[in-house]
Amino acid sequence: MALAILSVALMAIDHRQHRLEDIRAGLSVLIYPLQYMVDLPVSASSWIGENLSSRETLLEENARFKMQQTLFKAQLQKLLALKMENARLRELLQSPRKISEHVLIGELLAVDLEPFTRQIVINKGSRDQVFMGQPVVDADGAFGQIVHLGPWSSTAMLITDANHAIPVQVNRNGLRAIALGTGAPDSLSIPYLPMSADILVGDLLTTSGLGGRFPPGYPVAKVTQVDKNPTLPYATISAQPTAQLERAREVLLVWPQDSRDESRSQLTESETATGSPP
Amino acid sequence: MSIIQHRGGGLILLSFVIALLLHMLALPEWAEALRPDWIALVLIYWCIALPERVGVGVGWIAGLMLDVANGALLGQNALTLAIVAYLALRLHQRLRLFPIWQQAVSVLLLVLLHLMLTLWIKGSVDQSTVTWAYWLSALTSSLLWPVVFLTLRGLRRGYRVR
Repeated sequence: MALAILSVALMAIDHRQHRLEDIRAGLSVLIYPLQYMVDLPVSASSWIGENLSSRETLLEENARFKMQQTLFKAQLQKLLALKMENARLRELLQSPRKISEHVLIGELLAVDLEPFTRQIVINKGSRDQVFMGQPVVDADGAFGQIVHLGPWSSTAMLITDANHAIPVQVNRNGLRAIALGTGAPDSLSIPYLPMSADILVGDLLTTSGLGGRFPPGYPVAKVTQVDKNPTLPYATISAQPTAQLERAREVLLVWPQDSRDESRSQLTESETATGSPP
Repeated sequence: MSIIQHRGGGLILLSFVIALLLHMLALPEWAEALRPDWIALVLIYWCIALPERVGVGVGWIAGLMLDVANGALLGQNALTLAIVAYLALRLHQRLRLFPIWQQAVSVLLLVLLHLMLTLWIKGSVDQSTVTWAYWLSALTSSLLWPVVFLTLRGLRRGYRVR
């Protein structure tokens, strides 16, 4: 009986005030070795696969990467010029917006969490200066944000979780909206846009930065369906996330420029971008 | 007498740890809903076999660990598993006498209760996107009950856990 009351109290405090994160972090230290053990066969098999892959495949991969590298380098040159130009223009406008952020690569643990929620476990925690609510992205777009934090691991909620919402804007015209997770693995819904809103199938939605969590400019989703049914008050719009939410093994943890602390500021972007494998 | 009575606590702990591992093991998307409720199965077994050692308190702690491992609301599984343990304790003398298939039916009901309470809690605090597949785990749990029961009984007798 006492335990029942205690657990109801726990749930209430955890839900309303988020004061129990320390207890959760403490208990997660006990859980982490188990999660690591569960993940071990998966990472071992991928390690074996990497080590046993044939020479031709490696050569092929190498050639492909070299080509991509050249391509990216060419694009980067343009980007650098554009960045300079952007900074100059912003200076002219006296607008203080900063663009660069710091990142760290985290690896996903192959661990299943509660069914019917979209959450993942990452092998980086508060020891790596990860913080609550930190945005997580992958190579193709916004991924999710940190909801539970342990010393060596953390849990991130994906943008497709039914409890997740992310402020976005249409890349084409800057129209602002909110993208809600639906609980389905490959769909977001964009509610509260009027019938007259200028949004088309194929439009790219990027983070607007208005929520204060995600830095602006990361791609989030591509609009897949716009249904303007006149009997409904708002248009029904769904979009498909650009990030590889169900396939990625590595994700990037992003530190927005201004909330970055001293220890991080010494690392240059290239240093952190290469990341540290665990 | 009382000194001999408590043996093999390590085995009980180990069975819960293995249940937790099985619970977290990554499964393909389609099989996720079929995952049996390992922790509840192990808990029910120990409640029937050793009611004086494993009970509501153990259920509560196991549930709390499950909450942390799951990233669920803290206390959610603690409450529901404590209730399951309480019922299993109340019924343990009857359950012991049941043939194994009848035990499996009782386990089905207990796990269904666990799932329903969890769903209530989830539904009252956040958006839940639960489909009918949610209830399948009760079915697989009761189908796997004979395996769990026979394995744990073999271990308990082999290691003389009392």
